[in-house]
Amino acid sequence: MSSKSAPVQGGFRFSQLIYDTRYRSNTIQTVALIALMALIWWLVNNTLTNLEASGKGLGFSFLTETSGYDINQHLLEYDARDSHLRASLIGVLNTLLLAFMGCVTATIVGVFVGVLRLSKNWLIARIMTVYIEMFRNIPVLLWILIVFGVMIEIMPTPRDFRGDNPAASMMLFDSVAITNRGIYIPEPLFSRPIGDVSFFPKSSMRFDVSLELVAFLIALGAGIFASGRLKRRADRIQNETGDRPTTWWQRTVCVVVLPVLVLIACGFHLGYPELKGFNFQGGTYMRNSLIALWLALSLYTAAFIAEIVRAGIMAISKGQTEASLALGISPGRTMSLVVLPQALRVIIPPLISHYLNLTKNSSLAIAVGYMDITGTLMGITLNVTGREIETVLLVMLIYLSISLSISAVMNVYNNRVKLVER
Amino acid sequence: MKKSTFFGAFAAAAMAVGFATAGTLDDVKAKGFLQCGVNTGLTGFATADANGNWDGFDIAVCRAVAAAVLGDPKAVKFTPTTTKSRFTALASGEVDMLSRNTTWTFSRDVDLKFTFAGINYYDGQGFMVPKELGVSSARQLDGATICIQTGTTTELNLADFFRVNNISYEPVPIETNAEAQAQYLARSCDVYTTDASGLAATRATFEDPSAHVVLPEIISKEPLGPLVRHGDNQWGDIVRWTLNALIAAEELGITSANISEMSSAPTSNPEINRMMGTEGSLGEMLGLSADFAKNAIAAGGNYGEIFERYVGENTPLGLSRGLNAQWTDGGLLYSPPFR
Amino acid sequence: MAQVAYVRHKMLPEQTPPPNSVGTIGWLRTNLFSGWFNTLLTIVAVLLIFRLLANVLPWALVPTWGGTSLGNCREILQEMGREGHFAGACWGVIRERWLQLFFGFYPSEIYWRPILAFFGLFVALSPILFPEHAFRLIGFSAIYPFIVVYLIWGGSIWGPVMALLGFVIGYMVLKFLTEPLGRLAATIAAFLLPVLWWLFLASPIAGTFANVLPLALQPVESAKVGGFMLAFIIGVTGIAASLPIGIVLALGRRSDLIILKGICVGFIEFIRGVPLITLLFVASTLLNIFMPPGTKFDLVLRVTIMVTLFSSAYMAEVIRGGLAALSKGQYEAADSLGLDYWQSQRLIIMPQALKISIPGIVGNFIGLFKDTTLVSVIALWDPILLSTNIRADTNWNGILWELYGFIAVVFFITCFSMSRYSMYLERKLATDHR
Repeated sequence: MSSKSAPVQGGFRFSQLIYDTRYRSNTIQTVALIALMALIWWLVNNTLTNLEASGKGLGFSFLTETSGYDINQHLLEYDARDSHLRASLIGVLNTLLLAFMGCVTATIVGVFVGVLRLSKNWLIARIMTVYIEMFRNIPVLLWILIVFGVMIEIMPTPRDFRGDNPAASMMLFDSVAITNRGIYIPEPLFSRPIGDVSFFPKSSMRFDVSLELVAFLIALGAGIFASGRLKRRADRIQNETGDRPTTWWQRTVCVVVLPVLVLIACGFHLGYPELKGFNFQGGTYMRNSLIALWLALSLYTAAFIAEIVRAGIMAISKGQTEASLALGISPGRTMSLVVLPQALRVIIPPLISHYLNLTKNSSLAIAVGYMDITGTLMGITLNVTGREIETVLLVMLIYLSISLSISAVMNVYNNRVKLVER
Repeated sequence: MKKSTFFGAFAAAAMAVGFATAGTLDDVKAKGFLQCGVNTGLTGFATADANGNWDGFDIAVCRAVAAAVLGDPKAVKFTPTTTKSRFTALASGEVDMLSRNTTWTFSRDVDLKFTFAGINYYDGQGFMVPKELGVSSARQLDGATICIQTGTTTELNLADFFRVNNISYEPVPIETNAEAQAQYLARSCDVYTTDASGLAATRATFEDPSAHVVLPEIISKEPLGPLVRHGDNQWGDIVRWTLNALIAAEELGITSANISEMSSAPTSNPEINRMMGTEGSLGEMLGLSADFAKNAIAAGGNYGEIFERYVGENTPLGLSRGLNAQWTDGGLLYSPPFR
Repeated sequence: MAQVAYVRHKMLPEQTPPPNSVGTIGWLRTNLFSGWFNTLLTIVAVLLIFRLLANVLPWALVPTWGGTSLGNCREILQEMGREGHFAGACWGVIRERWLQLFFGFYPSEIYWRPILAFFGLFVALSPILFPEHAFRLIGFSAIYPFIVVYLIWGGSIWGPVMALLGFVIGYMVLKFLTEPLGRLAATIAAFLLPVLWWLFLASPIAGTFANVLPLALQPVESAKVGGFMLAFIIGVTGIAASLPIGIVLALGRRSDLIILKGICVGFIEFIRGVPLITLLFVASTLLNIFMPPGTKFDLVLRVTIMVTLFSSAYMAEVIRGGLAALSKGQYEAADSLGLDYWQSQRLIIMPQALKISIPGIVGNFIGLFKDTTLVSVIALWDPILLSTNIRADTNWNGILWELYGFIAVVFFITCFSMSRYSMYLERKLATDHR
């Protein structure tokens, strides 16, 4: 499609479609397009024929039917009388929760390990190398099973907390219980609640927003905004006079006081887990499946991230650090203002793909019974309704949109820190 | 690099597999073996030993059908299927029949378009708890953590049961029996629920089976049976009447020990004669040889013998006949007459 | 120059460094105890390692190799005076089942076939591993896939031979018909004729030959193929087959042809956007529905196809990276020599781009090899599903760590040595001047 110069002499011949570079690319593309269409038509046609033969038909009406099964971890309200669609939504939220927790932890651990691997301490550097190689060379599914196995075999059972001389006891002033069913931590409660606002009531997408949370976030936002104003004012004064007024305590007050006031107004207190009946009751319950997946996925991904971070730091020439130190910039600021921004350019693109990998690997939740989207829609819903095509396609679509959104967001960030080249 | 040749080889191998168009019976006869979809591993019902030889209660049904159709109980190939892949494997023709502890339900029969050829095991969902919990009824399980083996109707029954009794629970869905068992033994859940036969199988493998009790409540009906595709009635009939032959054989007293004697010459009982092919032409009507029922029974014995061998009281599972006794003994097994 | 009293005239003899900065102590001081923070780290690390070993070693180092069941192991441990849940490992399960973990349910009397195929792999790879010595073996590499199919699945030799003949036909057509027919017609013919051959002629002819001269090995069905052997089959096939597809996709993604580029980008992003597990579900449940009615594929074949598609998307990205790393001057040099697109790709661009991509390709392979464990979810006998099956055996019910540990160690050894080899290869092939 490049050369569009002189018109063709002597009329158009069909052989030009093949031998003339002006037309050839169009010919190839047309042929490719037709071949693709034919392939898709063939697949769809086969599918329809097969479905007709089995008499099953294709349709998504099963999504509105009653699911009939319970899900242990639901971020939104859910019970067995809700629809399959609602169950899928719960699954998607569980996937997102796991992916988010995993990405954050993997990044923190990865950076830590990556830096420690460059440590001058021989033993620490070796341990980190062993950790990285162990996790990189053993399948993640096996890691998930191993971490899960360690959790259920080694942690105490809730019953060990019972009796006069219990085999296990709660930690941190009786506020945290670590059991082989998961970890119970205190939950935030409000004695003077403002109330909830319901969105889309009665539909499958319904959700409630707690007004206390909204008030807290607004207060926090206002505090951060005020703190930002203070910083700008300090910057201005510094630019004009050369002296920077002390603002750190004013800014801290701004960020802390307002939200705390809101919390006090709502009667914030912690609800502690308590041993009642078979299990601990009350508190926030993080299930062992969630914790095992979270740990295994973060540790696995962190091993890869550590290597990326190490490569990123090593890619920055030593001259940069030396130049910065020669200018009298403190080592901490050298790291944050000189080395890291440059290293990030090398680190971010592979980091994105590891976030994506972690998100996709979260589908292995199926191995330990965590109810993510593969456990609900592609698991029990599929088994109950027998709608393989629809459920698997939907699940693929959901993962695809999650992946594309993550890479879109990270690409925006990447473009912001990218070196502007000539 | 000529690595693309890998792909070609596989493409060619795929082609060689060929196309199946005729009825399942002709198909099986042409192949010379029966392809049977089974569980990936359930003690007593379907297990593979170290050499990949399959054995078990569900497997015996496959072998009987193979014997009836091809005269050789060894002419079976087994396809292990998961709870998710079993129905597609059958619907797509990957397997000729499914004998994989599958519950006969309305929607599977009607909506998923399968034909259940009968019931080879009457099961029901139960609960197992450690004895030391001191629980004697499922209604005392308020707030308990319950391990569920997923992929069957188990989750649905459980949700219904707890909702009806208005008590709460914490479901822990587990994909395989082995994982569920590991969790249960580590006390990561208080209760394990699955079909009562599965509970017995699991309990049988414990270090100390007597430390665990199966609660009296059976919260569902789980008629398990072999199934085939809708639409091929001849094949459905073959599987159905093979299963019936096994059941009727027990009722009529035909065993693997006396079958050669009974089939060699007509006996005084005309129904036995019709089954053995020494009288009438029942086999021909099915499109099989006259001695199809004899072959099926000779493969592994009658229903009672198969039951005793794989799941009965002298096996680690130690299941009593219960509902699976003959109707004459107060059970539900009742084969229509061979006539 | 005047003598100045305070200037030394004579060189002082070299002194030995202070004793605490050389030798073991010096090493310890610089590497482990430089400053309070490092000292603290070292002490914490030593304590952690000690705790770990003190817990794991007594458990692992027990003489239970001969145990015949978990109960038997417990008796052995009891005689040693050890009791409880973590009294000790029961290695008898590994002794009894390690072959199964490697070969699945493959008939034990013909283990030599997969073993031969495995060693054949090294011969087939030698043109890549030792290009300077073994390039003549490239012919073996070309027919190796057919040998593997014959060795592992058995059956008549004529099936693989006829499949191979298709490629020979294509090659011959390209070689001898280019002159009379012109390149385009010859290329189309070289593509169509083999397809027609495979579709209509190959299997009847193979059948005929098989009747005349069987040369058949005992056939083994796919359901019996399992363990690490299955992981190798899926992994190696997936990577080998995905290389050409990946190259085409990478070229398509970089091309100016907007529709072709769109198709390639769409395919790559779709595959990279969904988890492998969903693709495996497609292979196990849906692929049969997408095919013409009555088509029956083997599950291993279906999974291999899906894994190949999966890895070709990743391969395309690796090769695209290699292409992007080449300087524009290489393309311009190729153009200025008057080479057309395919010639320049084949002679100049690809050899360099592939060399740059080697670490990525090996990384992909390791990733894929590890990912083969996911096939346990769709009931293929990979090591993890086999371990579940072993635990369903009444003798070994309750065993967990021994099996996981064994599988993990085998995976570690395989993947670690591959990654080290790829580093070595990278250094060996590095021809740029640094």
